[in-house]
Amino acid sequence: MASITIRDVYKSYAKMQVVHGVNLDITSGEFVVILGPSGCGKSTLLRMIAGLEEISGGTIAIDGTVVNKLEPRERGCAMVFQNYALYPHMSVAQNIGYSLKVAGVPTAERTQRIQAVARILELEQLLDRKPMALSGGQRQRVAMGRAMIREPKVFLFDEPLSNLDAKLRVQMRSEIRKLHRRLNATSVFVTHDQVEAMTLADRLVVMNGGRVEQVGTPGEIYSLPASRFVATFVGAPAMNMLEGKVVLDGLSLLGGSRRLAVSRAGLPVGTKVAVGIRPEAVRLVAPGTPGALNATVDLVEELGAGRVVYVDLDGAAFSVMTSEAVHPAPGSAVGLQFSEADLHFFSSETGSRLDVFKASVPVPAL
Amino acid sequence: MVERTPILNFLTHVILFLGFVFCVAPFVIVVIAASHNLKDVNDVPMSLLPGSDFWINIKTAWTTADLGPKLFNSFIMSAGVAAGKVIISALTAFSIVYFRYPGRMLIFWLVFITLMLPLEVRIVPTYAVVANVLSPYQTILDLTGLSWLIEKISGVQVSLSLGLLNSYTGLILPLIATATGTFLYRQFFLTVPDELTEAARMDGAGAVRFFIDILLPLSRNNMAALGTIMFLWAWNQYLWPLLITTDQSHATAVTELKQLIPNVGGIPEWNIAMAGTLIVMLPPLVVVVLMQRWFVRGLIATEK
Repeated sequence: MASITIRDVYKSYAKMQVVHGVNLDITSGEFVVILGPSGCGKSTLLRMIAGLEEISGGTIAIDGTVVNKLEPRERGCAMVFQNYALYPHMSVAQNIGYSLKVAGVPTAERTQRIQAVARILELEQLLDRKPMALSGGQRQRVAMGRAMIREPKVFLFDEPLSNLDAKLRVQMRSEIRKLHRRLNATSVFVTHDQVEAMTLADRLVVMNGGRVEQVGTPGEIYSLPASRFVATFVGAPAMNMLEGKVVLDGLSLLGGSRRLAVSRAGLPVGTKVAVGIRPEAVRLVAPGTPGALNATVDLVEELGAGRVVYVDLDGAAFSVMTSEAVHPAPGSAVGLQFSEADLHFFSSETGSRLDVFKASVPVPAL
Repeated sequence: MVERTPILNFLTHVILFLGFVFCVAPFVIVVIAASHNLKDVNDVPMSLLPGSDFWINIKTAWTTADLGPKLFNSFIMSAGVAAGKVIISALTAFSIVYFRYPGRMLIFWLVFITLMLPLEVRIVPTYAVVANVLSPYQTILDLTGLSWLIEKISGVQVSLSLGLLNSYTGLILPLIATATGTFLYRQFFLTVPDELTEAARMDGAGAVRFFIDILLPLSRNNMAALGTIMFLWAWNQYLWPLLITTDQSHATAVTELKQLIPNVGGIPEWNIAMAGTLIVMLPPLVVVVLMQRWFVRGLIATEK
């Protein structure tokens, strides 16, 4: 159990800076997921916490102790790697117990602790096997056992599920979650899979281009994305984005071909904005319905429980997620309807969220 | 492209068989020659039917060349070279691959250069060093005037001397210092995934622990291969043992074979010479057969 404090941490290789001044506080026992596209510096940040990568600037403290200059073994972190990184020549038991062996724990105690960990992870039958003879999920569990046995202050996961097939991934996901509830150790989990991130995280850290874009609970990130990047990165299918401009009576979209009558309180006329709306917040209505945007259906994707309807809005791609049993034919006309509360506004220049619209909507007096 | 037609199958087998005959024929002739008596072995052409004197010839060769102790010497030298080489190469490659320090590339290239300077090329300086290991230091002391200074001050004349002629150390050490093994290990170490190294670091293993617990067990196939090759190579060394063993007690089997080869004008005892050759050939053969089982085991349990 430990808190992690990250202050102005950056990382550069030769002349290339890959992490730009990250600040992050992780409280004790929290499960934090760092989410971002590949190359956003999320793994580098994790490896800096682990001590596998040197910190170019700033400080990382675990439990109040600055660990910048400490060796990985002195930091009290355990790590689960993407490719498991099991020692191929050692049996499962030896793999799990290796850190204890290095630490000089007597054989009797070691065996006992290996047994205990194996019981939690249901590896008891496999202790004598070599990693070669294990399936992907079993290897993953051994890798977790290897991290657990040290009873570390901090668990670090570096995309540990990305090598598993879809079904196993879902299963391991809930196992990791259960394990965390049981051990209650501070955990940092890196992934590029947003479903993994949303389901696992107490708190989500979205990174892009070496910077933290937003920190918050999965719910906050989904409903109040702080930037255009977060808005389009989190959620599937991705949030629709339309370029627009604030005009006198609301918004002019797509170079003026469409207009939305929304309140524009606080934003000066002429401000360029990007308007986002989640596919699941859009309703399909009959074409020509008053107040609806008319569009042409491009493609319908059947998901079983629902459908994603891709429509064309004057050349701009737009998707609608619906659970209703509608099957509009490609080429047919539909109307799109949504409420103002579901709109997200972002600055066209900086990409950051403009909250003036919602904040200034007057609350009706009772 | 794999073709499977009966004609091609037959042809490839014929080629294989011809190759086999080509390789084995000399050995068969040696064995037959070793079984003839003095008269039959000098017949032209020599009879290809085995004679009956095989064991007598073997015994004669054994006693004439005093092969017992010589084989022992050879074995010590070859095993020493193989073991030394396996250890030194693993250590150098470990240093070059896993550590970042100033001069690393310089050291790498220095090791590389030894590939171009085999023992035969540097045999005179190597001999000088082995004759007195401390002579380079003596030279340094002399050139810097330090020995003169010491003599002036303390009255003691500095004369360092440690000879390795006629010793196992002298036989083995110069043969260990070559680069081939280092490169073999280097290539292997480069294929070991970085995550394994990092996992070991997270588990708290320091460099030495990692080397002994993880790297060495992973490279045991490499070690078997290198050890075998080096054993054979050292066993077949002729020039170096001949040069530094002035005393019979440290001579090796391969150099002593010369005793059995008939001199010009001497009795042409080729049957004895062939018998001696067979004996000397045997130990490396055993090593190859034993180590081959290791290779195969390594191949079955493919790792990574």
